[in-house]
Amino acid sequence: MSDAIHHTVQRIYREHSRQVLATLIRLLKDFDLAEEALQEAFACALKQWPDEGVPHNPTAWLVSTGRFKAIDQLRKHRREVDLVSEDTAVCQAPDPDTLHLEDDRLRLIFTCCHPSLSHEAAIALTLREVCDLSTEAIASAFLTKASTTAQRIVRAKRKIQSAGIPYEVPGKQALPERLQGVLKIVYLIFNEGYYASGGDSLQRVHLTDEAIRLGRLLTRLLPQSEVYGLLALMLLQHSRQDTRSKPNGDIILLEDQDRTRWHHDAIAEATALLPRALVGPATGSYALQAAIAALHAEAPTAADTDWQEIWGLYQALYLRTPTPVVALNQAVAQAMAGDIDTAISHIEQLANGDLASYFPAHAAWADLLRRSGRHHQAHERYHYALSLTRLAAERRYLQMRIEQYEKNIGSAVD
Amino acid sequence: MKYLCLVYSDEQDLHGLPNSPQDQECAAYAEKISQSGHLLAGEALQPVATATTVRVRAGDLQITDGPFAETKEQLAGFYMIEAKDLNEALRIAQDIPPARVGSIEVRPIRQLNT
Repeated sequence: MSDAIHHTVQRIYREHSRQVLATLIRLLKDFDLAEEALQEAFACALKQWPDEGVPHNPTAWLVSTGRFKAIDQLRKHRREVDLVSEDTAVCQAPDPDTLHLEDDRLRLIFTCCHPSLSHEAAIALTLREVCDLSTEAIASAFLTKASTTAQRIVRAKRKIQSAGIPYEVPGKQALPERLQGVLKIVYLIFNEGYYASGGDSLQRVHLTDEAIRLGRLLTRLLPQSEVYGLLALMLLQHSRQDTRSKPNGDIILLEDQDRTRWHHDAIAEATALLPRALVGPATGSYALQAAIAALHAEAPTAADTDWQEIWGLYQALYLRTPTPVVALNQAVAQAMAGDIDTAISHIEQLANGDLASYFPAHAAWADLLRRSGRHHQAHERYHYALSLTRLAAERRYLQMRIEQYEKNIGSAVD
Repeated sequence: MKYLCLVYSDEQDLHGLPNSPQDQECAAYAEKISQSGHLLAGEALQPVATATTVRVRAGDLQITDGPFAETKEQLAGFYMIEAKDLNEALRIAQDIPPARVGSIEVRPIRQLNT
Protein backbone atom coordinates (compact mmCIF):
# COMPACT_ATOMS: atom_id res chain seq x y z
CA MET A 1 0.00 0.00 0.00
CA SER A 2 2.60 2.48 1.14
CA ASP A 3 4.79 1.40 -1.77
CA ALA A 4 1.98 2.11 -4.21
CA ILE A 5 1.47 5.56 -2.67
CA HIS A 6 5.20 6.17 -2.89
CA HIS A 7 5.08 5.45 -6.62
CA THR A 8 2.04 7.66 -7.02
CA VAL A 9 3.83 10.55 -5.34
CA GLN A 10 6.85 10.00 -7.57
CA ARG A 11 4.67 9.98 -10.65
CA ILE A 12 2.87 13.14 -9.57
CA TYR A 13 6.23 14.78 -8.91
CA ARG A 14 7.42 13.87 -12.40
CA GLU A 15 4.25 15.01 -14.11
CA HIS A 16 3.11 17.98 -12.04
CA SER A 17 5.91 19.36 -9.88
CA ARG A 18 6.74 22.12 -12.41
CA GLN A 19 3.10 23.12 -12.58
CA VAL A 20 2.85 23.31 -8.79
CA LEU A 21 6.11 25.28 -8.66
CA ALA A 22 4.91 27.75 -11.30
CA THR A 23 1.72 28.44 -9.33
CA LEU A 24 3.60 28.71 -6.03
CA ILE A 25 5.94 31.30 -7.57
CA ARG A 26 2.91 33.38 -8.56
CA LEU A 27 1.30 33.07 -5.12
CA LEU A 28 4.47 33.62 -3.11
CA LYS A 29 6.22 36.02 -5.50
CA ASP A 30 9.57 34.47 -4.67
CA PHE A 31 11.42 31.70 -6.53
CA ASP A 32 13.42 30.36 -3.59
CA LEU A 33 10.50 30.39 -1.19
CA ALA A 34 8.38 28.59 -3.80
CA GLU A 35 11.04 25.91 -4.33
CA GLU A 36 11.26 25.24 -0.61
CA ALA A 37 7.47 25.15 -0.37
CA LEU A 38 7.33 22.64 -3.24
CA GLN A 39 9.74 20.28 -1.46
CA GLU A 40 7.79 20.66 1.79
CA ALA A 41 4.50 19.93 0.07
CA PHE A 42 5.83 16.67 -1.41
CA ALA A 43 7.34 15.70 1.94
CA CYS A 44 3.88 16.19 3.50
CA ALA A 45 2.29 14.11 0.75
CA LEU A 46 4.65 11.22 1.52
CA LYS A 47 3.76 11.49 5.19
CA GLN A 48 -0.01 11.99 4.96
CA TRP A 49 -1.22 10.21 1.84
CA PRO A 50 -0.49 6.65 3.06
CA ASP A 51 -2.99 7.23 5.92
CA GLU A 52 -5.42 9.70 4.38
CA GLY A 53 -5.34 8.47 0.81
CA VAL A 54 -4.44 10.44 -2.32
CA PRO A 55 -6.56 13.61 -2.46
CA HIS A 56 -9.12 14.06 -5.18
CA ASN A 57 -7.14 16.89 -6.79
CA PRO A 58 -3.49 16.26 -5.85
CA THR A 59 -2.14 19.32 -7.67
CA ALA A 60 -4.45 21.70 -5.81
CA TRP A 61 -3.62 19.91 -2.54
CA LEU A 62 0.10 20.36 -3.19
CA VAL A 63 -0.31 24.05 -4.07
CA SER A 64 -2.31 24.78 -0.95
CA THR A 65 -0.04 22.70 1.33
CA GLY A 66 3.07 24.34 -0.12
CA ARG A 67 1.53 27.77 0.34
CA PHE A 68 0.70 27.09 4.01
CA LYS A 69 4.19 25.75 4.62
CA ALA A 70 5.65 28.91 3.09
CA ILE A 71 3.48 31.14 5.26
CA ASP A 72 4.62 29.14 8.31
CA GLN A 73 8.18 29.67 7.19
CA LEU A 74 7.60 33.40 6.81
CA ARG A 75 5.96 33.62 10.23
CA LYS A 76 8.99 31.96 11.77
CA HIS A 77 11.10 34.65 10.20
CA ARG A 78 8.64 37.30 11.38
CA ARG A 79 8.05 38.56 7.89
CA GLU A 80 4.34 37.84 7.89
CA VAL A 81 3.42 41.42 8.80
CA ASP A 82 4.94 42.80 5.58
CA LEU A 83 3.46 39.99 3.59
CA VAL A 84 -0.09 40.38 4.85
CA SER A 85 -0.08 44.11 4.45
CA GLU A 86 1.57 44.04 1.03
CA ASP A 87 -0.41 41.31 -0.55
CA THR A 88 -3.45 39.66 0.91
CA ALA A 89 -3.52 37.20 -2.01
CA VAL A 90 -0.68 35.27 -0.40
CA CYS A 91 -2.71 34.59 2.70
CA GLN A 92 -6.05 33.85 1.09
CA ALA A 93 -6.51 30.20 0.27
CA PRO A 94 -6.49 29.80 -3.52
CA ASP A 95 -9.64 28.42 -5.08
CA PRO A 96 -8.71 25.23 -6.97
CA ASP A 97 -11.02 26.21 -9.82
CA THR A 98 -9.20 29.46 -10.43
CA LEU A 99 -5.68 28.11 -10.09
CA HIS A 100 -4.83 28.80 -13.75
CA LEU A 101 -2.13 26.15 -13.66
CA GLU A 102 -1.43 26.23 -17.39
CA ASP A 103 -1.23 30.03 -17.39
CA ASP A 104 1.28 29.85 -14.57
CA ARG A 105 3.52 27.49 -16.52
CA LEU A 106 3.52 29.98 -19.38
CA ARG A 107 4.19 32.86 -16.97
CA LEU A 108 7.17 30.94 -15.62
CA ILE A 109 8.56 30.38 -19.12
CA PHE A 110 8.17 34.04 -20.14
CA THR A 111 9.79 35.17 -16.89
CA CYS A 112 12.75 32.79 -17.21
CA CYS A 113 13.26 33.86 -20.85
CA HIS A 114 12.80 37.59 -20.22
CA PRO A 115 14.93 39.65 -22.65
CA SER A 116 16.46 41.60 -19.78
CA LEU A 117 18.28 38.42 -18.72
CA SER A 118 21.41 37.35 -20.60
CA HIS A 119 21.04 34.29 -22.84
CA GLU A 120 23.26 32.26 -20.50
CA ALA A 121 21.15 33.24 -17.49
CA ALA A 122 17.86 32.59 -19.29
CA ILE A 123 19.04 29.17 -20.48
CA ALA A 124 20.24 28.11 -17.03
CA LEU A 125 17.11 29.42 -15.30
CA THR A 126 14.77 27.76 -17.82
CA LEU A 127 16.53 24.40 -17.50
CA ARG A 128 16.49 24.66 -13.70
CA GLU A 129 12.95 25.94 -13.10
CA VAL A 130 10.94 24.78 -16.10
CA CYS A 131 12.74 21.52 -16.92
CA ASP A 132 13.79 20.61 -13.35
CA LEU A 133 17.40 19.82 -14.26
CA SER A 134 19.80 20.02 -11.35
CA THR A 135 22.41 22.76 -11.29
CA GLU A 136 25.09 20.05 -11.63
CA ALA A 137 23.41 18.56 -14.72
CA ILE A 138 23.14 21.99 -16.36
CA ALA A 139 26.77 22.78 -15.55
CA SER A 140 28.06 19.52 -17.00
CA ALA A 141 25.94 19.92 -20.15
CA PHE A 142 27.49 23.36 -20.73
CA LEU A 143 30.97 22.32 -19.58
CA THR A 144 30.99 24.93 -16.83
CA LYS A 145 31.57 24.61 -13.11
CA ALA A 146 28.53 23.92 -10.96
CA SER A 147 29.38 26.96 -8.85
CA THR A 148 29.35 29.18 -11.97
CA THR A 149 25.93 27.89 -13.01
CA ALA A 150 24.58 28.22 -9.48
CA GLN A 151 25.86 31.80 -9.34
CA ARG A 152 24.23 32.57 -12.69
CA ILE A 153 20.86 31.26 -11.47
CA VAL A 154 21.09 33.16 -8.18
CA ARG A 155 21.88 36.41 -10.02
CA ALA A 156 19.04 35.89 -12.47
CA LYS A 157 16.54 35.35 -9.66
CA ARG A 158 17.86 38.42 -7.89
CA LYS A 159 17.41 40.49 -11.03
CA ILE A 160 13.84 39.23 -11.48
CA GLN A 161 13.12 40.42 -7.96
CA SER A 162 14.97 43.72 -7.88
CA ALA A 163 14.33 44.91 -11.44
CA GLY A 164 10.63 44.09 -11.13
CA ILE A 165 10.41 41.54 -13.97
CA PRO A 166 6.70 40.65 -13.78
CA TYR A 167 5.31 37.14 -13.59
CA GLU A 168 3.08 37.46 -16.60
CA VAL A 169 2.43 36.40 -20.15
CA PRO A 170 3.00 39.57 -22.21
CA GLY A 171 -0.01 41.34 -23.68
CA LYS A 172 -1.11 41.02 -27.28
CA GLN A 173 1.09 43.84 -28.55
CA ALA A 174 4.34 42.63 -27.03
CA LEU A 175 3.61 38.90 -27.42
CA PRO A 176 5.01 38.21 -30.92
CA GLU A 177 8.39 39.72 -30.10
CA ARG A 178 8.59 38.19 -26.65
CA LEU A 179 7.57 34.79 -28.02
CA GLN A 180 10.45 35.02 -30.52
CA GLY A 181 12.73 35.55 -27.51
CA VAL A 182 11.38 32.43 -25.78
CA LEU A 183 11.72 30.34 -28.96
CA LYS A 184 15.28 31.58 -29.37
CA ILE A 185 16.21 30.36 -25.88
CA VAL A 186 14.64 26.96 -26.59
CA TYR A 187 16.51 26.71 -29.90
CA LEU A 188 19.80 27.74 -28.24
CA ILE A 189 19.32 24.88 -25.76
CA PHE A 190 18.65 22.52 -28.66
CA ASN A 191 21.70 23.69 -30.59
CA GLU A 192 23.92 23.42 -27.57
CA GLY A 193 22.98 19.75 -27.45
CA TYR A 194 23.03 19.23 -31.21
CA TYR A 195 26.31 20.91 -32.12
CA ALA A 196 28.16 19.67 -29.07
CA SER A 197 31.62 21.17 -29.39
CA GLY A 198 33.08 18.84 -26.82
CA GLY A 199 32.45 16.89 -23.66
CA ASP A 200 30.55 13.70 -23.05
CA SER A 201 28.20 13.35 -26.00
CA LEU A 202 25.66 11.38 -23.96
CA GLN A 203 25.27 14.36 -21.65
CA ARG A 204 24.62 16.61 -24.60
CA VAL A 205 21.90 14.48 -26.19
CA HIS A 206 20.00 15.24 -23.04
CA LEU A 207 19.76 18.93 -23.97
CA THR A 208 18.16 18.23 -27.36
CA ASP A 209 15.57 16.11 -25.56
CA GLU A 210 14.90 18.89 -23.05
CA ALA A 211 14.51 21.44 -25.85
CA ILE A 212 12.05 19.17 -27.71
CA ARG A 213 10.12 18.59 -24.49
CA LEU A 214 9.95 22.38 -24.00
CA GLY A 215 8.79 22.76 -27.59
CA ARG A 216 5.99 20.23 -27.03
CA LEU A 217 4.95 22.00 -23.83
CA LEU A 218 4.85 25.34 -25.66
CA THR A 219 2.70 23.96 -28.48
CA ARG A 220 0.21 22.90 -25.82
CA LEU A 221 0.29 26.17 -23.88
CA LEU A 222 0.57 28.59 -26.80
CA PRO A 223 -0.47 26.90 -30.04
CA GLN A 224 0.88 29.47 -32.51
CA SER A 225 2.39 28.77 -35.93
CA GLU A 226 6.00 29.65 -35.05
CA VAL A 227 5.84 27.40 -31.97
CA TYR A 228 4.83 24.49 -34.22
CA GLY A 229 7.55 25.57 -36.65
CA LEU A 230 10.29 25.41 -34.06
CA LEU A 231 9.14 22.04 -32.71
CA ALA A 232 8.99 20.59 -36.23
CA LEU A 233 12.45 21.97 -37.01
CA MET A 234 13.98 20.49 -33.86
CA LEU A 235 12.35 17.10 -34.46
CA LEU A 236 13.62 16.99 -38.03
CA GLN A 237 17.16 17.90 -37.06
CA HIS A 238 17.01 15.46 -34.19
CA SER A 239 15.88 12.69 -36.56
CA ARG A 240 19.37 12.76 -38.14
CA GLN A 241 21.19 12.77 -34.82
CA ASP A 242 22.54 9.21 -35.22
CA THR A 243 23.70 9.50 -38.82
CA ARG A 244 25.45 12.88 -39.02
CA SER A 245 28.82 11.75 -37.79
CA LYS A 246 30.98 8.63 -37.54
CA PRO A 247 31.94 7.19 -34.15
CA ASN A 248 35.25 9.09 -34.38
CA GLY A 249 33.36 12.36 -34.89
CA ASP A 250 33.92 12.63 -38.67
CA ILE A 251 31.16 14.58 -40.43
CA ILE A 252 28.85 12.60 -42.71
CA LEU A 253 27.26 14.91 -45.30
CA LEU A 254 23.50 14.79 -45.74
CA GLU A 255 23.85 13.11 -49.14
CA ASP A 256 25.99 10.31 -47.67
CA GLN A 257 23.87 9.58 -44.60
CA ASP A 258 22.13 6.23 -44.11
CA ARG A 259 18.52 7.36 -44.43
CA THR A 260 17.14 4.11 -43.03
CA ARG A 261 18.66 5.10 -39.69
CA TRP A 262 16.89 8.44 -39.50
CA HIS A 263 14.27 8.53 -36.73
CA HIS A 264 11.15 8.09 -38.82
CA ASP A 265 8.75 8.56 -35.92
CA ALA A 266 10.25 12.03 -35.28
CA ILE A 267 9.97 12.83 -38.99
CA ALA A 268 6.33 11.73 -39.00
CA GLU A 269 5.56 13.85 -35.93
CA ALA A 270 7.24 16.88 -37.53
CA THR A 271 5.55 16.58 -40.90
CA ALA A 272 2.20 16.29 -39.14
CA LEU A 273 2.95 19.60 -37.39
CA LEU A 274 4.00 21.44 -40.55
CA PRO A 275 0.54 22.43 -41.83
CA ARG A 276 -0.07 24.23 -38.51
CA ALA A 277 3.36 25.88 -38.76
CA LEU A 278 2.79 27.14 -42.27
CA VAL A 279 -0.61 28.81 -41.78
CA GLY A 280 -1.00 32.55 -41.48
CA PRO A 281 -0.12 35.47 -43.71
CA ALA A 282 3.60 35.64 -42.85
CA THR A 283 5.29 32.27 -42.46
CA GLY A 284 7.90 32.45 -39.74
CA SER A 285 11.55 31.58 -40.15
CA TYR A 286 11.40 28.44 -37.98
CA ALA A 287 8.50 27.13 -40.05
CA LEU A 288 10.40 27.80 -43.29
CA GLN A 289 13.51 26.05 -41.98
CA ALA A 290 11.33 23.16 -40.87
CA ALA A 291 9.75 22.96 -44.34
CA ILE A 292 13.23 22.80 -45.87
CA ALA A 293 14.33 20.10 -43.41
CA ALA A 294 11.13 18.16 -44.17
CA LEU A 295 11.90 18.10 -47.90
CA HIS A 296 15.25 16.54 -47.11
CA ALA A 297 13.65 14.09 -44.69
CA GLU A 298 11.00 13.01 -47.18
CA ALA A 299 13.41 12.31 -50.05
CA PRO A 300 13.99 8.52 -50.25
CA THR A 301 17.51 9.13 -51.61
CA ALA A 302 19.72 12.22 -51.83
CA ALA A 303 19.19 12.25 -55.60
CA ASP A 304 15.41 12.50 -55.10
CA THR A 305 15.71 15.76 -53.11
CA ASP A 306 13.41 18.49 -54.44
CA TRP A 307 16.10 21.19 -54.69
CA GLN A 308 13.90 23.48 -56.78
CA GLU A 309 11.38 23.67 -53.92
CA ILE A 310 14.15 24.03 -51.33
CA TRP A 311 15.65 26.90 -53.30
CA GLY A 312 12.25 28.63 -53.31
CA LEU A 313 11.91 28.18 -49.54
CA TYR A 314 15.39 29.63 -48.99
CA GLN A 315 14.37 32.66 -51.05
CA ALA A 316 11.34 33.11 -48.78
CA LEU A 317 13.56 32.64 -45.73
CA TYR A 318 15.98 35.27 -47.01
CA LEU A 319 13.12 37.76 -47.32
CA ARG A 320 12.32 37.13 -43.66
CA THR A 321 15.84 36.94 -42.29
CA PRO A 322 18.29 38.47 -44.75
CA THR A 323 21.52 37.23 -43.21
CA PRO A 324 24.68 36.24 -45.13
CA VAL A 325 24.40 32.67 -43.82
CA VAL A 326 20.89 32.30 -45.25
CA ALA A 327 22.21 33.78 -48.52
CA LEU A 328 24.93 31.11 -48.51
CA ASN A 329 22.40 28.29 -48.04
CA GLN A 330 20.19 29.80 -50.71
CA ALA A 331 23.10 29.77 -53.15
CA VAL A 332 23.93 26.13 -52.36
CA ALA A 333 20.28 25.19 -52.99
CA GLN A 334 20.38 27.11 -56.26
CA ALA A 335 23.44 25.13 -57.31
CA MET A 336 21.80 21.85 -56.39
CA ALA A 337 18.70 22.92 -58.31
CA GLY A 338 20.90 23.16 -61.41
CA ASP A 339 22.21 26.72 -61.69
CA ILE A 340 25.69 26.02 -60.38
CA ASP A 341 27.57 28.87 -62.12
CA THR A 342 25.32 31.64 -60.76
CA ALA A 343 25.52 30.01 -57.35
CA ILE A 344 29.31 29.92 -57.39
CA SER A 345 29.50 33.63 -58.19
CA HIS A 346 27.06 34.39 -55.31
CA ILE A 347 29.15 32.35 -52.91
CA GLU A 348 32.37 33.92 -54.16
CA GLN A 349 30.92 37.32 -53.32
CA LEU A 350 29.85 36.19 -49.83
CA ALA A 351 33.14 34.44 -49.09
CA ASN A 352 35.07 37.55 -50.13
CA GLY A 353 32.73 39.78 -48.14
CA ASP A 354 30.57 39.22 -45.06
CA LEU A 355 31.58 35.57 -44.66
CA ALA A 356 35.32 36.01 -45.28
CA SER A 357 36.28 34.22 -42.08
CA TYR A 358 33.32 31.81 -42.01
CA PHE A 359 34.69 28.34 -42.71
CA PRO A 360 31.45 26.81 -44.12
CA ALA A 361 31.30 29.48 -46.86
CA HIS A 362 34.74 28.49 -48.16
CA ALA A 363 34.01 24.78 -47.77
CA ALA A 364 30.74 25.19 -49.73
CA TRP A 365 32.52 27.21 -52.41
CA ALA A 366 35.13 24.45 -52.69
CA ASP A 367 32.45 21.74 -52.87
CA LEU A 368 30.66 23.54 -55.72
CA LEU A 369 33.92 24.04 -57.61
CA ARG A 370 34.57 20.30 -57.23
CA ARG A 371 31.06 19.41 -58.38
CA SER A 372 31.44 21.63 -61.44
CA GLY A 373 34.70 19.89 -62.31
CA ARG A 374 37.06 22.76 -61.42
CA HIS A 375 39.22 20.46 -59.31
CA HIS A 376 42.33 22.60 -59.16
CA GLN A 377 40.43 25.67 -57.90
CA ALA A 378 38.51 23.46 -55.49
CA HIS A 379 41.76 22.09 -54.10
CA GLU A 380 43.03 25.62 -53.40
CA ARG A 381 39.75 26.60 -51.76
CA TYR A 382 39.74 23.50 -49.51
CA HIS A 383 43.21 24.50 -48.35
CA TYR A 384 41.99 27.99 -47.56
CA ALA A 385 38.96 26.64 -45.67
CA LEU A 386 41.29 24.40 -43.69
CA SER A 387 43.14 27.49 -42.43
CA LEU A 388 39.86 28.79 -40.98
CA THR A 389 38.83 25.91 -38.74
CA ARG A 390 40.34 24.25 -35.71
CA LEU A 391 37.59 21.69 -35.14
CA ALA A 392 39.09 18.24 -35.66
CA ALA A 393 36.07 16.78 -37.50
CA GLU A 394 35.90 19.71 -39.93
CA ARG A 395 39.63 19.53 -40.55
CA ARG A 396 39.45 15.80 -41.29
CA TYR A 397 36.67 16.36 -43.84
CA LEU A 398 38.66 19.04 -45.67
CA GLN A 399 41.85 16.99 -45.54
CA MET A 400 39.97 14.03 -47.02
CA ARG A 401 38.91 16.22 -49.99
CA ILE A 402 42.43 17.56 -50.42
CA GLU A 403 43.93 14.07 -50.37
CA GLN A 404 41.31 12.85 -52.85
CA TYR A 405 42.44 15.53 -55.27
CA GLU A 406 46.11 14.83 -54.72
CA LYS A 407 45.55 11.10 -55.28
CA ASN A 408 43.61 11.72 -58.47
CA ILE A 409 45.98 14.30 -59.87
CA GLY A 410 48.08 11.52 -61.41
CA SER A 411 45.00 10.20 -63.25
CA ALA A 412 44.48 13.69 -64.77
CA VAL A 413 41.09 14.68 -63.50
CA ASP A 414 41.48 18.32 -64.45
CA MET B 1 8.18 50.77 -8.76
CA LYS B 2 10.38 53.69 -9.68
CA TYR B 3 12.79 53.43 -12.59
CA LEU B 4 15.38 55.85 -13.91
CA CYS B 5 15.61 55.82 -17.69
CA LEU B 6 19.04 57.10 -18.67
CA VAL B 7 19.31 58.41 -22.21
CA TYR B 8 22.71 57.68 -23.77
CA SER B 9 23.73 58.79 -27.22
CA ASP B 10 26.64 59.86 -29.33
CA GLU B 11 26.13 63.62 -29.09
CA GLN B 12 26.55 64.03 -32.86
CA ASP B 13 23.80 61.48 -33.54
CA LEU B 14 21.49 63.03 -30.98
CA HIS B 15 20.95 66.05 -33.22
CA GLY B 16 22.69 65.25 -36.48
CA LEU B 17 20.83 62.30 -38.02
CA PRO B 18 17.75 62.54 -40.26
CA ASN B 19 15.63 60.78 -37.61
CA SER B 20 17.20 62.56 -34.63
CA PRO B 21 14.44 63.74 -32.30
CA GLN B 22 13.50 67.42 -32.16
CA ASP B 23 13.01 69.19 -28.83
CA GLN B 24 9.25 69.57 -29.47
CA GLU B 25 8.91 65.81 -29.87
CA CYS B 26 10.75 65.12 -26.61
CA ALA B 27 8.67 67.74 -24.78
CA ALA B 28 5.47 66.24 -26.19
CA TYR B 29 6.43 62.74 -25.02
CA ALA B 30 7.34 64.04 -21.55
CA GLU B 31 3.94 65.77 -21.45
CA LYS B 32 2.20 62.56 -22.54
CA ILE B 33 3.75 60.30 -19.87
CA SER B 34 3.29 63.07 -17.31
CA GLN B 35 -0.45 63.13 -18.09
CA SER B 36 -0.64 59.34 -17.72
CA GLY B 37 0.98 59.63 -14.29
CA HIS B 38 4.22 57.84 -15.20
CA LEU B 39 6.70 60.72 -15.33
CA LEU B 40 8.09 61.82 -11.97
CA ALA B 41 10.92 63.99 -13.31
CA GLY B 42 12.88 64.33 -16.52
CA GLU B 43 15.43 66.67 -18.03
CA ALA B 44 17.74 66.96 -20.99
CA LEU B 45 21.40 67.65 -20.24
CA GLN B 46 23.90 70.13 -21.70
CA PRO B 47 26.67 68.44 -23.77
CA VAL B 48 29.28 66.43 -21.92
CA ALA B 49 31.89 69.15 -22.62
CA THR B 50 30.16 71.21 -19.92
CA ALA B 51 30.63 68.46 -17.30
CA THR B 52 32.74 68.81 -14.17
CA THR B 53 33.54 65.83 -11.97
CA VAL B 54 33.94 66.02 -8.21
CA ARG B 55 35.71 63.44 -6.04
CA VAL B 56 36.72 63.37 -2.43
CA ARG B 57 39.67 61.11 -1.64
CA ALA B 58 41.07 60.81 1.88
CA GLY B 59 39.35 64.05 2.70
CA ASP B 60 40.86 65.87 -0.30
CA LEU B 61 38.56 67.49 -2.82
CA GLN B 62 39.46 66.84 -6.46
CA ILE B 63 37.68 68.74 -9.20
CA THR B 64 38.35 67.75 -12.80
CA ASP B 65 37.12 68.81 -16.20
CA GLY B 66 34.87 66.41 -18.13
CA PRO B 67 32.75 63.36 -17.33
CA PHE B 68 33.75 60.56 -14.96
CA ALA B 69 34.55 58.29 -17.89
CA GLU B 70 35.20 58.93 -21.57
CA THR B 71 32.76 56.80 -23.53
CA LYS B 72 31.48 56.66 -27.08
CA GLU B 73 27.94 57.42 -25.98
CA GLN B 74 27.26 60.12 -23.42
CA LEU B 75 24.51 60.68 -20.91
CA ALA B 76 22.16 63.11 -22.63
CA GLY B 77 19.16 63.19 -20.31
CA PHE B 78 16.99 61.22 -17.93
CA TYR B 79 13.40 60.29 -17.14
CA MET B 80 12.44 59.23 -13.65
CA ILE B 81 9.28 57.17 -14.03
CA GLU B 82 6.76 55.24 -11.98
CA ALA B 83 5.81 51.90 -13.52
CA LYS B 84 3.93 48.79 -12.40
CA ASP B 85 6.86 46.54 -13.29
CA LEU B 86 9.81 46.21 -15.67
CA ASN B 87 7.59 45.38 -18.64
CA GLU B 88 5.69 48.63 -18.25
CA ALA B 89 8.95 50.55 -17.73
CA LEU B 90 10.36 49.03 -20.94
CA ARG B 91 7.22 49.99 -22.87
CA ILE B 92 7.64 53.60 -21.72
CA ALA B 93 11.38 53.54 -22.46
CA GLN B 94 10.98 52.24 -26.00
CA ASP B 95 8.97 55.34 -26.96
CA ILE B 96 11.47 57.85 -25.56
CA PRO B 97 12.40 59.63 -28.83
CA PRO B 98 16.23 59.40 -28.58
CA ALA B 99 15.89 55.58 -28.35
CA ARG B 100 15.97 55.77 -32.18
CA VAL B 101 19.52 57.13 -32.28
CA GLY B 102 20.94 56.16 -28.89
CA SER B 103 20.12 53.79 -26.03
CA ILE B 104 17.98 53.98 -22.95
CA GLU B 105 19.28 52.26 -19.85
CA VAL B 106 16.43 51.34 -17.52
CA ARG B 107 17.45 51.02 -13.87
CA PRO B 108 15.21 50.24 -10.92
CA ILE B 109 15.50 52.64 -8.00
CA ARG B 110 16.89 51.20 -4.78
CA GLN B 111 15.31 52.21 -1.51
CA LEU B 112 17.92 53.33 0.97
CA ASN B 113 17.99 51.26 4.15
CA THR B 114 17.34 53.92 6.73
